[in-house]
Amino acid sequence: MEHHFQNLYEVLSQVNGYIYPNEIDLNWSILIVLYPYITGLVAGAFILASLERIFKVHILKPTYGLALLTALAFLLVATLPLISHLGKPMRAYEIMVTPHLTSAMAIFGFVYLWYLMVVILLEIWFDYRRDMIIWAGQTKGFKRFLYRLFSLWTTDISPKAVALDNRIGYIVTVIGVPSAFLLHGYVGFIFGSIKANPWWSTVLMPVIFLFSAMVSGIALVMFIYIVLTRIRKQKIDMACLDTIAKYLFYILIIDFALEGLDQVHRIYEAEESFEALHNLVFGKLFFTLFIMQGLIGTIIPLFTLGIFQFYKPKDQIRKSIYFIISALILIGIFFMRWNVVIGGQLFSKSFYGYTSFKIGLIGTEGYLMASVWLIVPFIILAFLLWLLPPWKKKDEEHELQAT
Amino acid sequence: MKKDKQKISRREFFKAGAIIVGGVAITSALTPFDGLLFALEPPKGKGKWYGIGIDINKCIGCGKCAHACKLENNVPKEPFYFRSWVEQYTIKNDGTIKVESPNGGIDGFQQTVPDEEIFKSFFVPKMCNHCFKSPCTQVCPVGATFETPEGVVLVDENYCIGCRYCVQACPYGCRYVHPEKGTVDKCSLCFHRLEKGLLPACFEICPTEARIVGDLNDPESKLNYFLKNHTCMVIKPNLNTGSKLFYNALSSEVR
Repeated sequence: MEHHFQNLYEVLSQVNGYIYPNEIDLNWSILIVLYPYITGLVAGAFILASLERIFKVHILKPTYGLALLTALAFLLVATLPLISHLGKPMRAYEIMVTPHLTSAMAIFGFVYLWYLMVVILLEIWFDYRRDMIIWAGQTKGFKRFLYRLFSLWTTDISPKAVALDNRIGYIVTVIGVPSAFLLHGYVGFIFGSIKANPWWSTVLMPVIFLFSAMVSGIALVMFIYIVLTRIRKQKIDMACLDTIAKYLFYILIIDFALEGLDQVHRIYEAEESFEALHNLVFGKLFFTLFIMQGLIGTIIPLFTLGIFQFYKPKDQIRKSIYFIISALILIGIFFMRWNVVIGGQLFSKSFYGYTSFKIGLIGTEGYLMASVWLIVPFIILAFLLWLLPPWKKKDEEHELQAT
Repeated sequence: MKKDKQKISRREFFKAGAIIVGGVAITSALTPFDGLLFALEPPKGKGKWYGIGIDINKCIGCGKCAHACKLENNVPKEPFYFRSWVEQYTIKNDGTIKVESPNGGIDGFQQTVPDEEIFKSFFVPKMCNHCFKSPCTQVCPVGATFETPEGVVLVDENYCIGCRYCVQACPYGCRYVHPEKGTVDKCSLCFHRLEKGLLPACFEICPTEARIVGDLNDPESKLNYFLKNHTCMVIKPNLNTGSKLFYNALSSEVR
């Protein structure tokens, strides 16, 4: 407690102008920056998977299973930063049991559960059921037990059953696309519907969140795909990678246009809050907005991917550049979330001043904890890839076709 | 004629009937979901309906109200948590506006701008506006913050999960998170005193009677007299919060 107060006294000495006395303690910190980031990655990875399944972009087949498993790994971690930031985390169940229906946040529990149970888990199950049964027959011990468990002890892999699996999986994916929009769109609405905060309050907020989510999710799958094929010492499918880059480019353009529109509109209308926001953007938010989100996260990737539409360098160079670009985009979108959440709290609602912000290394809202929440999904993904390797699926299909 | 009558089979009749009845049932069940129409709600009830009046011309910036509030309601003493505070506005001759609230005004104020530079100066006490279309009540995900039938906005600290959404949603900055309890706290209009027929602490202690609390539904109340005889405004009326805190002599610099 004393340490907390000491931090606040330090922040107090760094206040510019006037802020309401209660505004010194920043309410939503790095954990609330992480939550939209992680759910965005989930939604984006799922949209990439649905591109292959529903929109029949079959070049993306090598990343289909990977995208689904990535979505699951990150979805399992998504709630954790949220619950750990609550003042009373043990009461978190109240959101499910007595949701207040006028609140956008109340929808969280239901959308999350729906998306986890009905969309991601069902789709993965129907997609992997046949393979799990086959693999159960080929392994022993604990791994075999896991396969039998997750396939729910079914054994039917007749063509008719597999066709039914595919049919149901397809329907689930179709339902999944608007569900993915809802999963991340409502987060944007949580910010966009706060009329008290002019940095957040815009009609475009859910749409911006959605498109930046798609950008980050696609970049993540691209990144993991490159890393994974390197680890497995396999030859990467360049056609697939190029197609991912193409979709990344298109959606990045839309995302950039939307964010640009939001700012242009704000600058043009120049409402009451404009001066305060202008000083914020060119002051405390300059580095994270213009350099990290703008230049590194958007302009450089946009430029590079744009050039690739006309001129394609050699495969090896292109792959390395894709690796760098996807990492830059992931960093850029993280800072986009940062600029929205933290930026919206750095200026006073009196529009007369600015507060400061300090994150420590240790503590529930520290850098260490944030890093943990970002690393755990990769550990879960590693486990999922060990249990349900998507590349082995392809081999099995060919084997069965051969027999 | 006989053939026409037999065209509609029993099965089809029941099918059509079920669809109509089902449709009516579903659409009638949808009416409670008027959560989106929050700000269209009219004021509730015919009983007591509390409002607040503050006369900026009378406030002398002694800060006793902020101090009394902290004492009465066990608010943490540190200068980061206030249910009520006082702001000092100094408008200089060159048009610049300086706003200060050192420790919420509890220790009184200093004159920080020399006499010759001052165009105008005044004090504005701030507190929860007890809005009747309060955005804070709208956004609470569990319904821990609510409006009583008397128009007082309260927080149930045994139910609050500490998500801080209401703190973000309040345009007036009157909410804070209690550092030890982890739940949200704010001015309760000293509901525990109102119930006993006493005035809230800050109203009781004000030496100049700059603060008035009263029943908006009572035409004879002091508050209605205040509203009739002064030109009153609320802060941030464009946000349509239904604020019931009416200031007399509110200057445009005040936000």
